Amino acid sequence: MSFEFPLLSLIIWLPIVFGIAVFATGKDNNAQFARWIALAGSILGFLVAIPLCSNFDSTTGAMQFVENHVWFERFNVNYHLGVDGISMPLILLNCFITPLVVVAGWEVIRERVSQYMGAFLVMSGIVNGVFASLDAILFYVFWEASLIPMFLIIGIWGGPNRVYAAIKFFLYTLLGSLLMLIAFIYLYQVSEGSFSIEDYHKLAIPLTPQIFIFIAFLLAFAVKVPMWPVHTWLPDAHVEAPTGGSVVLAAILLKLGGYGFLRFSLPIAPDASLYLADMMIILSLIAVVYIGLIALMQADMKKLIAYSSVAHMGFVTLGFFLLNAHGIEGAMVQMISHGFISGAMFLCVGVLYDRLHSRQIADYGGVVNKMPIFAAFFMLFAMANAGLPGTSGFVGEFMVILSAIKVNFWYAFLAATTLIFGAAYTLWMYKRVIFGAIASPAVESLQDISKREFVLLAILAISVLWIGVHPYPLTEVMHTTVDQLLTHVSNSKL
Amino acid sequence: MNFIPPDFAPASSEIFMLIMVCVVMLADLTAGDNRRYVAYLLTQVTLLGCAVLTFVSFSTEVKQTFYGMYVDDAMADILKLMVYGTVSAVLVYSHSYISDRGLLKGEFFSLILFATLGMMVMISASHFLTLYIGLELLSLSLYALVALRRDSIVATEAAMKFFVLGALASGFLLYGMSMVYGATGTLHVSQLAQIIQSEASSKEVLVVGLVFIVAGISFKLSAAPFHMWAPDVYQGAPTAITLFIGSAPKFAAFGFVMRLLIEGLGEMVSDWQGMLVILAILSMAVGNIAAIAQTNIKRMLAYSTISHMGFLLLGFISADSNGYSSALFYVIAYVLMTLGTFAMIMLLCRSGFEAENINDFKGLSKRNSWYAFVTLLLMLSLAGIPPMIGFYAKFSVLQAVVNAGYIWLAVAAVLFSLIGAFYYLRIIKLMYFDEPENTEVLTPNNDVKILLSANGFAVLALGIFPQALMSLSLYAIQNSM
Repeated sequence: MSFEFPLLSLIIWLPIVFGIAVFATGKDNNAQFARWIALAGSILGFLVAIPLCSNFDSTTGAMQFVENHVWFERFNVNYHLGVDGISMPLILLNCFITPLVVVAGWEVIRERVSQYMGAFLVMSGIVNGVFASLDAILFYVFWEASLIPMFLIIGIWGGPNRVYAAIKFFLYTLLGSLLMLIAFIYLYQVSEGSFSIEDYHKLAIPLTPQIFIFIAFLLAFAVKVPMWPVHTWLPDAHVEAPTGGSVVLAAILLKLGGYGFLRFSLPIAPDASLYLADMMIILSLIAVVYIGLIALMQADMKKLIAYSSVAHMGFVTLGFFLLNAHGIEGAMVQMISHGFISGAMFLCVGVLYDRLHSRQIADYGGVVNKMPIFAAFFMLFAMANAGLPGTSGFVGEFMVILSAIKVNFWYAFLAATTLIFGAAYTLWMYKRVIFGAIASPAVESLQDISKREFVLLAILAISVLWIGVHPYPLTEVMHTTVDQLLTHVSNSKL
Repeated sequence: MNFIPPDFAPASSEIFMLIMVCVVMLADLTAGDNRRYVAYLLTQVTLLGCAVLTFVSFSTEVKQTFYGMYVDDAMADILKLMVYGTVSAVLVYSHSYISDRGLLKGEFFSLILFATLGMMVMISASHFLTLYIGLELLSLSLYALVALRRDSIVATEAAMKFFVLGALASGFLLYGMSMVYGATGTLHVSQLAQIIQSEASSKEVLVVGLVFIVAGISFKLSAAPFHMWAPDVYQGAPTAITLFIGSAPKFAAFGFVMRLLIEGLGEMVSDWQGMLVILAILSMAVGNIAAIAQTNIKRMLAYSTISHMGFLLLGFISADSNGYSSALFYVIAYVLMTLGTFAMIMLLCRSGFEAENINDFKGLSKRNSWYAFVTLLLMLSLAGIPPMIGFYAKFSVLQAVVNAGYIWLAVAAVLFSLIGAFYYLRIIKLMYFDEPENTEVLTPNNDVKILLSANGFAVLALGIFPQALMSLSLYAIQNSM
């Protein structure tokens, strides 16, 4: 039986162990060695995640690959792992992105290489831990621990304003999660001494405490997603972070927030979710419309993509709180697809930034003349970001809009504006950067992408198209779990 | 009238300590200036000997001696063992710092040992007079230690402030004790509880006495609003002495609160609970907010101590063994972190140079990535970020607070600790994000190197496996109540 093998532990700890090994290579005279260990670790990390996918049973909504050991008895905290249709695709996404990030930083990072690569590997393991935890305290430990490597990545390798961005990132996220901790402790009292997330799902709680619990969770997850109006840390963090940092931030860390809603807010406080659904939908729609308009006005490419991330994640929270199967599945697809697209967009900006050391749209123009292959890739990802049918960006948005129309025409109407705004800000940026006359001698001197960059972008392009054309396997995996979640949510806990 | 000699066995480690202090003093006198290591080694041997004596006599049974003035129980033994270990680590860390500054004299060791003896008496006292004697033995030794660098104006000023305010607090405490005596007619901790329970005493007098006692305790704990001395003393004292003041006496203070407030005045829980809530909130607020403005690292850590003491008091508020054991766990975690942090500061000092400004941490990761990493662990732990031990300390205290029904207090506590996270992050920022101002290589002695690495590692490892320390805390409390 392959199920008895502690696969999830391996998926969590293998990257961390490799990360420590990378740290141990020390100073920059071993940089090449550090890079290869990091690559080996990240690819192994992806390979061990494959059995997770191939042995996954999508006909059941129960937790699979479960491991349960006592961690510390004093508070009845267990090392309890398991995945279902919601967390499995996210773990896979994370394991998939990590090698790309390592490769993306291959030549670009020249200072403190071992620390850079090590931090990404450790973070990859920690994030897997967040997705796989079925114990609230274990979850919380992984959740908070993921802040540390990201804080260092932004602060050490980031841009000029990195210190401000790193500290803002850390404190913002900490604010939300500390209240979540209080909610966990409260649930521990109510459940008479259990930190098991599955026990919390079954717990009957009156409406008022449910609302408080919901709000505590909301603060934690809304900051992470990020939802309007607590999104302001994200543009700062993205702009200052190195390319790899931006990719991980957008592709992985934002998903922690979305995952939190599905794992905690909805099943633990279903009545409060129902009660506050309208508020959540309105906040999401503000993110979609208002942030979309803000993105239109950005002069900095990374900032533009950061705002577009906020708008796209608004779609995710919108999908969750429509509280029907299409909405939640669409939101999940949107999360996965956003992981690929935003990652690819940041990589594209990184490609330009590595060459000209500018992120300002105004500094570019006519890039297509010098970098035709790059321009083609960038075009594909820009289209996907705008939600073009045939790309993964379309599937999620379409599903969410479709289910919004069932709930309320105006919700759907406002949500659909994203197709216009998204196209406007992405394509307008694309036009100004790529087309037109060659803007400066610097652009004149550009070289097209290297093999390394080509491989990176090609892998992402295939994924984006594959999900766009054939999303069925993805929705299939999560279908049973989402159904079960919805049945659970529709039963009042009062 | 026949005199029954008391049983000396439960106090054997204290007696051994007292004898050895005299031996250390005499040995140092004869050894002379260039063989100071004799006193150092003897001091370490003394601590080891005490540890053995305490360990051998360890039992879960509660042993009273000296006509009920002295008690030896599981909590006392565990706290004492912690004290020995901490003092021993303090000596290892501070040895080269002290000798670089010409402070390595016999007085240093004997004062440290006298202070340790004071702590042991405080921990084991079950009579108000014994408690007070232990406290004064500790305090007077500390006053003298702060003034050890007698030519330094700041140190003398700090010692003066410490002494005057300390004497005032002792006065408070004694006044409070006399009120309690007036109301109940006893100074025995164990009898006190019964008399208060029987309601044979005047409640008004008791409450007034309690107010004074709590004020005295808060002074010793450096809880706001009785915290004024801490920043000045932390800053003014030689760093090695600051390390000592900031670490081992916290165990004694914990024991002191347990004996006085919980065992003695436990019946008045509804009266002191409210006081502790105010003290805790004020401490967390003052400590965390004032620390942001500090540029002197020792002063910053003083404010950080104040805020941690606020957190510690939260553990007592729930007034059950769950809360007390959380508080004990908090003290252990706190002392472990303080030891490492001050050891790092001393590591950055050289002869003729005091690393006092937070900017001295600039670019540490480029100078020595390992010690920067150790400091990173310590700072994250102080900020309460998992998986470091500081998180579990905060977690268990918060759990006790929520359990007692004070959810709003837990929310306030986490909000203050969010503010607190900022100034710990600032140190990390200086170490990792900034360029070094001086590139001198750090050259600690081997013993410091090993101990500091172990210290940093323990902060992480005890965080990943917190069970042992948590059960130890629970065991200590459950077997002595």
